[in-house]
Amino acid sequence: MSLLEVQDLAIHFGGVKAVDGVSFDVAPGEVFAIIGPNGAGKSTIFNLISRVYNPTRGTIRFDGQDITGLKAHDIAGLGIARTFQNIELFDHSTVLDNLLMGRHTHRATNFVQDILFLPKVRREEREHRRRVEQVIEFLELEAYRKKMIAGLPYGVRKVVEIGRALAIGPRLILLDEPASGLSVEETRDVAFWIEDMRRDMGLTVLMVEHDMSLVNQVSDRVLAVANGQPLALGSPAEVQAHPDVMAAYLGTGAAA
Amino acid sequence: MELLQLIIGGLANGCIYGLVALGFVMIYKASEGVNFAQGDMMMLGAFIALGFGNSDEMGLPFFIAVILAMVLMFGIGWGVERVVVRRIFGQPQFALVILTIALGFVFRFVAGSIWGYTPLVLETPFAGQNLRGGGIVISLADLVTIGVTLVLTIALWAFFAFTKIGLAAQAASQNQMAAYIVGVPVMRINSLIWGLSGAVATVAGVLYATRGAIDPNIGLLGIKAFAAAVIGGLGSLPGALLGGLIIGVVEPVAGRYAPGELAKMSPYIIMLIVLVTRPGGLFSQIQMKKV
Repeated sequence: MSLLEVQDLAIHFGGVKAVDGVSFDVAPGEVFAIIGPNGAGKSTIFNLISRVYNPTRGTIRFDGQDITGLKAHDIAGLGIARTFQNIELFDHSTVLDNLLMGRHTHRATNFVQDILFLPKVRREEREHRRRVEQVIEFLELEAYRKKMIAGLPYGVRKVVEIGRALAIGPRLILLDEPASGLSVEETRDVAFWIEDMRRDMGLTVLMVEHDMSLVNQVSDRVLAVANGQPLALGSPAEVQAHPDVMAAYLGTGAAA
Repeated sequence: MELLQLIIGGLANGCIYGLVALGFVMIYKASEGVNFAQGDMMMLGAFIALGFGNSDEMGLPFFIAVILAMVLMFGIGWGVERVVVRRIFGQPQFALVILTIALGFVFRFVAGSIWGYTPLVLETPFAGQNLRGGGIVISLADLVTIGVTLVLTIALWAFFAFTKIGLAAQAASQNQMAAYIVGVPVMRINSLIWGLSGAVATVAGVLYATRGAIDPNIGLLGIKAFAAAVIGGLGSLPGALLGGLIIGVVEPVAGRYAPGELAKMSPYIIMLIVLVTRPGGLFSQIQMKKV
C-alpha cells in the first residue's frame, strides 16, 4: 500500500491553474522526486500536501487517511515534515531551539506540569534533547548548536531546516529544492543524507529538485510536471528521455 | 527622603505603565502590530471589576470580583481577535492600528454608557492604609502594585519561556509558516494571547484603581505605556516593564525638580532619546519593524 496517494489534485488561483489534475503515489521507503520548469506548480503541490493551500479539487491520502480537510498544524502530528524553498526558520533563535521546536507535537506535559518543571517534564525534556542531538550528529551541526539562525550562512540554514524536519520524527519528509543554492560538496552531502534517511531511518522522501544529478542519484521514481499538469512518471532515465519533458525544458513548443 | 518617597510612588506608577506595556508587547508578538486599545482594555477591566465588586453594584468580595473581571476580559480579548482582528490578517500593519484605535473608542463608549463619565472609586481592601518607617510613608496600594507586578511579570516570563503554549506563541511570532509546519495552531495561539493580554490589562486597571478614581478616559494612559513599550524594545517583556518603571520614576522626579511642563513631556523625551540612540529599544530582541 502507498504511504501517500495524491489523486486528481488541482488548485486554481482565479483563472490560473497552478496545479491541474496531478495524481501520483509514493510507496513506503521510496525516494520520489518532482521535477519541472520554474512555475510548473511543484512547490504548490507541496503546499497542498502540507495543507497550506486548500485544493480546488482532488484528494490527498496519507497512510490510508484522507488528509485533504486537515489544517496545516495537524500535519506534523501525523508524521509529515517539510522544508521550504526559501527557508522558513525561527531566525532569532538558536539552531538547538529551532530543532527542539520540531519536537512540539511530541510534548505531552500540560501547562501546570511545565510551570512546576516536574520530574515528568524533565524526563521528557531529556528525551527531546536526546532526539535532537541525534539529528545534530547526523547532519554534523555540532559547531552551530548555540548559534543564532540569523547569522548563519545560507548552506547551514538549509541544513538546519532539514534538521528541524527530522526532529519532528516524521515518516514522510518533503524536501523543497534541498540542493538549490548549495555548493557541489554541500549537494553531495545532501545526497548522502537522503540515502541515509531512507536506509537507516526508514523514511519516505518526496522532493522537488532542479539539480538533475541529485535526482538521478537518489530517486526511485520521478514525476515531471509543467504548467500544473503531469507530463511523465517513471524512473529518472525514462522521464528524462520522455519527449514531452524534453520539450517542456527546451521549449520546442511540442509539449502537450 | 523626599526623593526616595517620590521614587517609591513613581515605581508603583511605573508598574502600571509596565503592565499595560506588557500587553502591547504580547500582542505585538502575536499579531505583528500595535493594539492601541490596550489602555482602554485596562480601563474596561477596572470598570468590570468595579461592577462585580463595589457594594452599590454586585457587591462580590474584592478578590472574586477581580478574578471574574480577568476571566471576562480574557473572553473579550479572545473574542476581539476571533471576530475582528483575524479578518484583517495579512493586511498592512496600519489596518490593525486604525482598527484598534476604533476599538478603544468603542470600549470607552461602552464603559461610559454603563458607568457614566463621573469618576468612580473602586472599593479595595487596601484603601487609605499606609506603612511608615524611617521618615517615609508607603501606601499599601503602592506596595501591592509593586508586588503584584513583579509576580505577574515573572509568571508571564515563565509562561513564554517554558510552557508548550508559551513556546508555541514565541515560535508563531518569529515565523508563522515555520510554526504551522511544526504543529503550532497559530490562529488559536493568537486568540489566546489577546485573551491573556485582556486579563493582564485588567490587573493593571485594578491596580490603577487602587490609587485613585477611574473614569472612561483613563485609557489614555495607554499612550504613555506605549512609550514605555517602545523604550523597552517592542518585543521584550522585561524591557516593557523596565520602560514603564523608567517613565514612572522620571515623571514625579521631573515634576518636583524640573521646570514647568517638563514632567508631562518626559516620557516622550525619553522615548525620543532611546529611539535616536538605540532604535531597537533597550532590550531589542527582534528586528525593528515600522509601527
